[in-house]
Amino acid sequence: MTKSELNPAVANGLKARQRWHPAEVVFWLIAFSSYFLLPGKHLILNEIAILALFAISLDLILGYAGIVSLGHAAFLGFGAYAAALFAKHINPDPLIGLAFGTITTTLLGFITSFLVLRGNDLTRLMITLGVALLLNELANQLGWLTGGADGLQGVEMAPLLGMFRFDMFGRTAYAYSLITLFVMFLIARRISYSSFGLSLNAIRDNSLRASAIGIPVNRRLIAIYTIAASFAGVAGSLMAQTSQYASLDVLSFEKSADVMLVLVIGGAGYLYGGMIGAVVFKILQDWLSALTPQYWHFWIGLILVIIVLIGRERMSQGVAGIVASFKRKTPAAPGPAAKAEG
Amino acid sequence: MATVLETVGLEKRFGGLVATSDFNFKLEGGERHALIGPNGAGKTTLINQLTGVLPPTAGKVLLMGEDITHLRPDQRVRRGLARTFQINQLFLQLTPLETIALAVTERMGHGNSWWRPVGSRAGITDEVAEIAGRFHLGDVLGEKTISLPYGRQRLLEIAVAFAARPRVLLLDEPAAGVPESERHDILAAVAELPREVTVLLIEHDMDLVFSFAERITVMVNGAQLTAGTVDEVSHDPRVRAVYLGEADHG
Amino acid sequence: MITVLFDGIAYGMLLFVLACGLSVTLGLMNFVNLAHGAFAMAGGYAAVVLSAHAGVPFLLALPVAFLVPAVIGAVLERTLYSQLYGRSHLDQVLFSIGLVFMAVSTAEYFMHSSKQFPVLPEYLKGRIEIFGIGMGVYRLFIIALCGILTLLLQGILVGTRFGSRLRAAVDDRRVASGLGINVGVIFLSTFAVGSGLAGLGGALAGEVVGLDPTFPLRYMIYFLIVVTVGGTTSITGPLIASLLLGIADVGGKYYVPALGGFIIYTFMIVVLLVRPQGLFTRGR
Repeated sequence: MTKSELNPAVANGLKARQRWHPAEVVFWLIAFSSYFLLPGKHLILNEIAILALFAISLDLILGYAGIVSLGHAAFLGFGAYAAALFAKHINPDPLIGLAFGTITTTLLGFITSFLVLRGNDLTRLMITLGVALLLNELANQLGWLTGGADGLQGVEMAPLLGMFRFDMFGRTAYAYSLITLFVMFLIARRISYSSFGLSLNAIRDNSLRASAIGIPVNRRLIAIYTIAASFAGVAGSLMAQTSQYASLDVLSFEKSADVMLVLVIGGAGYLYGGMIGAVVFKILQDWLSALTPQYWHFWIGLILVIIVLIGRERMSQGVAGIVASFKRKTPAAPGPAAKAEG
Repeated sequence: MATVLETVGLEKRFGGLVATSDFNFKLEGGERHALIGPNGAGKTTLINQLTGVLPPTAGKVLLMGEDITHLRPDQRVRRGLARTFQINQLFLQLTPLETIALAVTERMGHGNSWWRPVGSRAGITDEVAEIAGRFHLGDVLGEKTISLPYGRQRLLEIAVAFAARPRVLLLDEPAAGVPESERHDILAAVAELPREVTVLLIEHDMDLVFSFAERITVMVNGAQLTAGTVDEVSHDPRVRAVYLGEADHG
Repeated sequence: MITVLFDGIAYGMLLFVLACGLSVTLGLMNFVNLAHGAFAMAGGYAAVVLSAHAGVPFLLALPVAFLVPAVIGAVLERTLYSQLYGRSHLDQVLFSIGLVFMAVSTAEYFMHSSKQFPVLPEYLKGRIEIFGIGMGVYRLFIIALCGILTLLLQGILVGTRFGSRLRAAVDDRRVASGLGINVGVIFLSTFAVGSGLAGLGGALAGEVVGLDPTFPLRYMIYFLIVVTVGGTTSITGPLIASLLLGIADVGGKYYVPALGGFIIYTFMIVVLLVRPQGLFTRGR
């Protein structure tokens, strides 16, 4: 085949990558309609939206760039404390607080990103775990600032945009979190289809070859780790603002492990996995903790073990496979059509 | 012709083991050069030093006269030194289309762009199509690399390196492991590489070396045994001794 | 000062016995087993139940504390762990986190969440003075017992056929299986012994730190520090790392209690930054 024959296939193939699929539109229609259709569930929906954003953050480093983290809650918790302290001591406006929580967490992400560059999976696990434990210990020891083990109380938020008060049914909270989730998702989606996003996939698949085509591997990893931290910072800020509270368990190992499970349930590496996983996880959590209040982590553990034994790929194919099969059917994909000619 | 790649007194030791010793060699612009030598001669170690995977213990590597001894692999690629690997090093979860587009984008310096979608820039489509056509990958562009037959993966291996539009291309046993039926495609693709690209072929297969190369460097025990035209080298008794010796043993 | 050092050494020896099994699983099977502490907890609770509830003398409870997790470990190795040896580290991490969560909840269900301690015999309690230095008898006992175990392990590794096979398998698994070594048996027995040693360590540690269901989570980081800082190629690396960690932790908490866990976390991060392969291994 000559170049001119291939040109349209290449152009279409590249365009088709980032085209919105109908299933994606349906997904977001459902998400937004949930606000109106499930008026009694706004509190848990709010938690789902925040968890989904946190999972997207982990997906950016784990699913896209292949960085395994055992301490991603460090950024969620840091964002939460930053936003809560900002609201309590400096300014109760939610949007300004969100900006503050995000920017400070981004800085933390940038600084700690240099730590994850060294070594292999195991050292990364240890370093991320260590950073999260360190922050947890810090929040615990600085009781005068953070409230220590009792949590940070007395956070009161001003109305959103000066108009919408945060009510006890989570109406404002869910609208706020859902819209923020959507905006952040759009950014993540844009990143994932950019050449930067593609280069992360390349690094994940084979970092030796990635550097052999001129990709500065470390610089890209620093960038995505920082970006992911800022996403988690947004999620943490939302969490503190909508609950008007921050406590040590946002920094706990369990939080880091939970978000991994969320991503594993939904499948990593395509952004929707984190969101689907968040829905499933929260429903499971709700149901299991109603069943056995104290011991629900037993079931979480069992689910993790089973998922791994069955095989994550096979497991998430149940969810991701549906999305992927839709994508493969898009007519613009060059594969099958061109193959028939050759 | 100007020298494009040169090593000066290159040396690499692993503890007490000398893998490369006082290696001096020159690659002239546009030439087809083969690097041969028996197993364990240190060819792969040499390649790793040329491309920046291993730091040399002593000596220098010059690309277009510039000292690149202390540059990272990705920096060397951006200066025009690309390579293929003896064992495929590909992005298995990506498609050939994405792989080639990524390599082209990186070469153009847009790899950092996190907002504009891949392929939204002028020129990328044309170039990806040109490379896909040149390496016969047009019919599998949208399939995951992991699902391609080995011969096709081997072609992609060369295509990715070529997409960096190198001045010097190091081909590390390009046809290794390829079934006989698909071998021809790869040899043809290598033979059709444009003359602007200087090629250094690291190879075991003597048929391939004699049909492709103009000049040959023979490496034994980490040092250069001899270098010269195909005729000179093939009639050099020392080379014959090395290869016949190896044939006797193996 | 010397008492703190002494306590630190006792604590370090304990950490070594607790963690050395993990160093073998990591070095030999390249498996990241975050659930190692669950085996230690199983041994610890076995000792608590026997000595405090069933009235069995502490010294007789110790072998049981070794056997219970060793058997559990052997069963789990054959049924579950062995299926995951070739899998990615992420899978192994997720799997073993799942096991930790299950172990923690199970312990909570059966043993309640309060701290429990095994009952020591009178002759292991109290303090004695040696050269004018006050030392806890139990801590001396720990140092002696763990010291003997260390020597025993070293003896097995260096002096026996099994040990040399084990070291061959750690160095290169392909070479080992090429030599006709039955890798499966080696994996099974080392996993079981490693889990048993962890259980013994858990039983010994019960008196010092107290047992509660979060034990596997609280000490996970300690075990990981021992193996990453100490490396997996020898027994001395993890031993020295354990002693350093024990002394640093006890000393830190004694002299600067406000810093809490900072010292060891910072120590670990710095070590991993400077020497990602561990302090006592030659970089490859």
